[in-house]
Amino acid sequence: MGATQLPTPGTNGAAVDQQVPSGCVLSDPAAEMIQLLGPDGKLGTDPVFSDYAKRLEPGQLRGFYADMAKVRRFDQEATALQRQGELALWVPLTGQEAAQIGSGRATQRQDYIFPTYREHGVALTRDVDLAELLKLFRGISNGGWDPTENNFHLYTLVLAAQTLHSVGYAMGIQRDQKLAEAGGSNEPKAAVVAYFGDGASSEGDVHESMVFAASYNAPVVFFCQNNHWAISVPTEVQTKVPLFNRAKGYGFPGIRVDGNDVIAVHAVTEWALEHAREGRGPVLIEAYTYRVGAHTTADDPTKYRDSAEEVAWRGKDPLDRLEKYLRSEGLADDAFFEEVRVDGDKLAAHVRSTTQSLTGPNIRESFAGVYAEPHPLVAEELAWFEEYSAGFEADDEEEAGNR
Amino acid sequence: MTTMTIAKAINEGLRASLTNNPKSLLMGEDIGPLGGVYRVTDGLIKEFGADRVVDTPLAESGIVGTAIGLALRGYRPICEIQFDGFVFPGFNQITTQLAKMHSRSAGKLTVPVVIRIPYGGGIGSIEHHSESPEALFAHTAGLRIITPSNAHDAYWMIQQAVDCTDPVIFFEPKRRYWLKGEVDTENPGPASDPFQAHILREGSDATIVAYGPLVPVALAAAAAAQEDGHSVEVIDLRSISPIDFDTVTASVKKTGRLIVAHEAPTFGGIGGEIAARISERAFLHLEAPVIRVGGFHMPYPVAKVEEDYLPDIDKILEALDRSLAY
Repeated sequence: MGATQLPTPGTNGAAVDQQVPSGCVLSDPAAEMIQLLGPDGKLGTDPVFSDYAKRLEPGQLRGFYADMAKVRRFDQEATALQRQGELALWVPLTGQEAAQIGSGRATQRQDYIFPTYREHGVALTRDVDLAELLKLFRGISNGGWDPTENNFHLYTLVLAAQTLHSVGYAMGIQRDQKLAEAGGSNEPKAAVVAYFGDGASSEGDVHESMVFAASYNAPVVFFCQNNHWAISVPTEVQTKVPLFNRAKGYGFPGIRVDGNDVIAVHAVTEWALEHAREGRGPVLIEAYTYRVGAHTTADDPTKYRDSAEEVAWRGKDPLDRLEKYLRSEGLADDAFFEEVRVDGDKLAAHVRSTTQSLTGPNIRESFAGVYAEPHPLVAEELAWFEEYSAGFEADDEEEAGNR
Repeated sequence: MTTMTIAKAINEGLRASLTNNPKSLLMGEDIGPLGGVYRVTDGLIKEFGADRVVDTPLAESGIVGTAIGLALRGYRPICEIQFDGFVFPGFNQITTQLAKMHSRSAGKLTVPVVIRIPYGGGIGSIEHHSESPEALFAHTAGLRIITPSNAHDAYWMIQQAVDCTDPVIFFEPKRRYWLKGEVDTENPGPASDPFQAHILREGSDATIVAYGPLVPVALAAAAAAQEDGHSVEVIDLRSISPIDFDTVTASVKKTGRLIVAHEAPTFGGIGGEIAARISERAFLHLEAPVIRVGGFHMPYPVAKVEEDYLPDIDKILEALDRSLAY
């Protein structure tokens, strides 16, 4: 990384903008990463974000652990289902649980989430049935769940396309709030979270979304999970500066957070969402994390990365460190961890049985979904298909009659 | 009934849409105080404010992508792409996102976005300012594509595009922006269905199908043919996706001959689609093969030779002669 060659704010005599928390300036990324809970399970301090961590009740902390364990267990089950031919493809998230649970749990019901395609942990925090989520990967739906039910949008496979949707949606929120305030309503304010990865950060749509978000001061939090690998290409090929530093160029705060520290991720995301909801504009969060497994079940990480790297990151495991903390503080005991394990197995069993029962679909549903209003070409092709299919049925009946 | 240009008719149509739909809004570069490079949005920002007439950064993917987000939140964005050849940075958002959001969500989500694109040549401009990319969009299921050829249609069709629940690409024949015509702002009349083709001139010997900028050319060719004793029917297609094949088929069953004229290259174009469908639907009624008149298989040529590239009266009459010779 060329971070050390970059100009340091203030060295040319210009005043440094101190309106944003630490970690929002061009500087050495290692020194500027927000971390509260270290790999040793000890809670550190931060001048801004410790206050957010202090708000957390023991029950919430145990909940974070339970969520992370659940979604890791789900990931294992889905990987197994793919290996057994029940899913066409799987996109594992192991290693990124803290980034997803911490950020997802920081959102409020009225916020709207635009995920990429690996946000199974965020989906869990938004109460999406994880078995529904598997419809996409089973090849029976291009979506799978109703995005309006939990304000959790459908997965997007075209990299970064959703970052623009998120800004547009946030612009809609701004307009709605203006109308609501004019009408005397005091609905809770909302914001949008756009998830994307370090690979997607190279896409032009990320740039355009940040330009639009800054131009219109849109209430959007860009949440980049830097998991270090875009399939087989490392982050160094995507960017020459730490990703969070890019925000500075657009004129809004960028924060790098330890993405394996669920407490820090939660704190930073809460801060960013408050910032956005209060009308102070967008924020970029870079969650510095690591994809422990493959990009998808179709690739083989041993071909492109050193196993020592993986081992080093396993030492920073998000579940291990929270378990250490919960035990050392006396916030959870063996019985709790056993209960979490049993719940995980129950979820896995639910996912397995539901997946195997997910059949269909019928191509007629595909005809139905192309347009919202009647369309003569679709109607004509469906009519042809019905006649064509009926021909086979008639043949079958004739054959049965001849037998 | 008032007389106005096509550009003014679209302007008035947009004004009506903004007035009637509080959730509609315009987006695009230079559409605010400048009123668009063709002044189609002239005066609208003054009337409706910057929240309804949004001067955007210069970024086509950004314009379309954020419009999708606004539509997901319940708004009806109307995007302006400055020129046909500049739509391609937004092509990804249009074809992979806008067109598919409804089907991907099994009907749970709608994205009623309108994309206005001034298109076609004949204005003597430079590269990327004179293209006809309609076939590229028509091939994508989920999009609707319409194009007016006269002021009355322009006024009504833009409003119908805004009202449509599906995404609509609204191609504006830029070389006809200043073509004047009568507009009945009270009553759409036969224009009430934007996806229906219109027979503009009745005939019995052959049918010419055209749309957008070539409609006046087709009408002039039919008038010239009349002087030679040939009765030619002219159909304004109006909708490129879906295509009103019923109207075209009925006409061909009557005349026995079909010429399709458009500015876009003939290869892989809308004309080929019409020829194939009509061959299936009216094969035994055809006295001659369907003949296409269109652009060559080349990037849109430099302005100094565009007259040789574009279909004109003579090219259409030559096609008619070939058809009648069978």
